[in-house]
Amino acid sequence: MGEVMDRRPYVREMPKSWWLGQRRYTFYMVRELTCLFIGAYALVILVGLFRLSQGPVAYGAFVDALQGPFAIAFHLLALVFALFHTVTWFGLTPKAMPLRLGEKTVPGTAIIVAHYAVWFVVSATLLLVARA
Amino acid sequence: MSEPVLELEVLRYRPETDQDPVFQTYTVPYNSDWVVLDALTHIKDNIDRTLSFRWSCHMAVCGSCGVMINGEPKLSCHTFLRDYYPGKVRVEPLTNFPIERDLVTVADDFMEKLASVKPYVITEEDRPVSAGEHLQSPADLNSFKQYTMCINCMLCYAACPQMGLTPDFVGPAALALAHRYNLDTRDAGREERQEIAASNEGVWDCTFVGACSQVCPKAVDPAAAIQQTKIASTVDWYKALLPWGK
Repeated sequence: MGEVMDRRPYVREMPKSWWLGQRRYTFYMVRELTCLFIGAYALVILVGLFRLSQGPVAYGAFVDALQGPFAIAFHLLALVFALFHTVTWFGLTPKAMPLRLGEKTVPGTAIIVAHYAVWFVVSATLLLVARA
Repeated sequence: MSEPVLELEVLRYRPETDQDPVFQTYTVPYNSDWVVLDALTHIKDNIDRTLSFRWSCHMAVCGSCGVMINGEPKLSCHTFLRDYYPGKVRVEPLTNFPIERDLVTVADDFMEKLASVKPYVITEEDRPVSAGEHLQSPADLNSFKQYTMCINCMLCYAACPQMGLTPDFVGPAALALAHRYNLDTRDAGREERQEIAASNEGVWDCTFVGACSQVCPKAVDPAAAIQQTKIASTVDWYKALLPWGK
């Protein structure tokens, strides 16, 4: 038998800054970060619903509070993150939900466009209902 | 005029002498049709025969020569020096794997994970050879063909930050191959594979960074396979809640 060499495999620690060096990892972390703003915005909506259930005075106070500069700044920021969230996740939908019609694979862009179309229709319907 | 040269920084780790890995710089002749593997071979043949690295086919089929090149997981036989010249080329062993020596990593963990998803056709009953070919239509083949291109080069494991953060994660290539066999019309082994694929360490450790698919040298899309497995596993879970579900 030949000489057996001592093995000493070296394990490299993952640096805490792993997501800062490469664009794709930073992009991913920003996408993950958007959920905090989506979550915060959902909480604002829930508070609004709760205030609505308490009657017109409570709801009026809630709406007034939304006029403040802090609330407007938060909403603008949340909008930017929500758009980033939506655009990036819509872009990934063909991977998660590939469609096959018979023997043909539906092109990914068609699936993405369909998501934007549904988003537009739902938004337009909500606006119409809100105006009615 | 002197011949053009290129500097190659290679991460060295000699367990018998090095406490930690260290970079060593080699100057190699620059050849526009050389790949990084040619430069490594030049070093081993002419400059420093102690340098260790894996390779076999030199044509992007065997999957053994994966390394980090300037921080990006790549096959060294598939990466031309001309894409970096006159800049430096920094070569390191694949991230997320222990280093055995120099550019050679320990792949045992990956091999175990790969075997755990049973990446082969499992039929309900043994088919004798006399039964002849197990036929499949081209359309059926097309539904999973891209996943069959996987060469187990482990670049996707090096690209995936979840592999570094949660080392028990089964990982992209193994889960893509599980999906490939689940989609195979000749296969009946999905339930066996789901024990691993649908577990926490299976698809649910994936957070869809998507880097695995971006670095794959064979255009396999493991990220897609994993998301599809998540959806199918979720459907299974809801079905099991139904009174007529199993």
